[in-house]
Amino acid sequence: MVNPIESLGAYALRQVSSAGRLGLFFIYTIRGIILPPAKFWSTLKQIQFIGTKSFVVVGFTAAFTGMVLGLQGYHTLSKFGSEGLLGSAVGLSMIRELGPVLTALMVTGRAGSAIVAEIGIMRIEEQIDALECMAIDPFSYLVTPRLIASLISVPLLIAFCDIIGILGGYVIGVGLLGVSQGAFWDGLTASVDWSDLSMGFVKSVCFSVIIVWVCTYKGFYAGVDEGTFGPEQVSRATTDAVVISSIAVLIGDYVITSIML
Amino acid sequence: MATENIIEIRGLNSFYNNSQVLFDISFAIPRHQVTVIMGVSGCGKTTILRHLTGLKKTGAGQIIVDGSQDLGTSSETMLMQYRRRIGVLFQGGALFNSLSLAENIATPLKVHTKLADETIRIMGIMKLNMVGLDEFSDYMPSQLSGGMKKRAGLARALIMDPEILFVDEPSSGLDPITAAGLDRLILELRETYGMTVLVVTHELESAFKIADRIVVMDRGTIMAAGYPEEIRNGKDPRVQQFLSREADPHKIQSESYYERLLGGTGK
Repeated sequence: MVNPIESLGAYALRQVSSAGRLGLFFIYTIRGIILPPAKFWSTLKQIQFIGTKSFVVVGFTAAFTGMVLGLQGYHTLSKFGSEGLLGSAVGLSMIRELGPVLTALMVTGRAGSAIVAEIGIMRIEEQIDALECMAIDPFSYLVTPRLIASLISVPLLIAFCDIIGILGGYVIGVGLLGVSQGAFWDGLTASVDWSDLSMGFVKSVCFSVIIVWVCTYKGFYAGVDEGTFGPEQVSRATTDAVVISSIAVLIGDYVITSIML
Repeated sequence: MATENIIEIRGLNSFYNNSQVLFDISFAIPRHQVTVIMGVSGCGKTTILRHLTGLKKTGAGQIIVDGSQDLGTSSETMLMQYRRRIGVLFQGGALFNSLSLAENIATPLKVHTKLADETIRIMGIMKLNMVGLDEFSDYMPSQLSGGMKKRAGLARALIMDPEILFVDEPSSGLDPITAAGLDRLILELRETYGMTVLVVTHELESAFKIADRIVVMDRGTIMAAGYPEEIRNGKDPRVQQFLSREADPHKIQSESYYERLLGGTGK
């Protein structure tokens, strides 16, 4: 195709077709909730995969992030003589921003990449074709359990992250740097209110959907556009998915914050 | 009243992006018989299989099932109903990696039936026994050899007692003894269950051993179709060449060949 207008047209058609496929993918996944097969056990399995296995990673991230917040927060606030506000600084940062975003990024790297690889390998080994030929809807069988599991696990992981982060900030602020215990907790409970918690909750739901949607989509269509089905397609799908998912989380974070703040 | 041909393909044309891979394909698959589609790699035989299983949408042409249902225009529900009557054995077996053999085979039963777990387990063991793998029911696919994975895939394809069995390259990656065992199994299925089997292969010996009908393909067209003896004794030179496994007499244009070899355009 030498003609640049033809190429542009072809490119535009491809993009629209991809966007349509992404949308349809989501609709089929939602439809999969009502279709057979029964998903209880596979959903539980996925909750264990996404949730339980990400526990430690998220815990570590939260602890050290909270501790750094404690350090940095104290350092900055002490310039204004406002060390007492450390509790609210740490609490609001974790609940509004860092808890949701960092957890989402960790889960993407840990569970998201594994999901892409798992489903991508199924695609290249014709296992998804085999499901279709057995009259089993692959969206309902593969994707829907992961969506439900993500919607359950990720918000819980984010809540866990918030708690550990605040505790981390407490240990450094009160334990190490001498902020008064009462000031820390009072500051925290005074400044954190329902709008902050709901912002955190909305973000957690949105991020959990983004992560699982991007990762399952990339795995499901690994190699399909090119027509070759091999390890290279799976590895490319995995890296693409992690990058796209992370960027989408960050953009989504800005959008939600600007709407809800 | 059941038609003689369970599936009829009429005027099937198929494209991958902009290149055409099937040109006006028409043939019939008779009931209770083994039909073999033969041809070299890339001739389009696997594409036909994908059309017949509904994995590739049929746009140009018709695939008539039971004389009445056209797969090309079938709704999703009708396609699903069709798929419940077929079993497909993919080239690598396509077993689910995270499930044991027994769980793999049980999958269609768990989804489509309300049978008790114990019944499902027994049916699984029976089918595994049919392919000689009943001792391996708790093994994971990664612990099996290629031949065993194929046999397990066959057991899973048969678990719902399909009317039609589609097999993609049964002998690929197998040693001659295991391949012969699979051939025997296919013949038994036809004898014992009256199953209609469609096999796609490039193995000549295997094809002539099991086929009731043969379709020979080349580059997206049908070279010959008929009974095995007809094909074997046929007069078409291309078919004879394929059967005798002669390499293409490669006509080299010496000048252009030397140019390419020496990497230049002049002398």
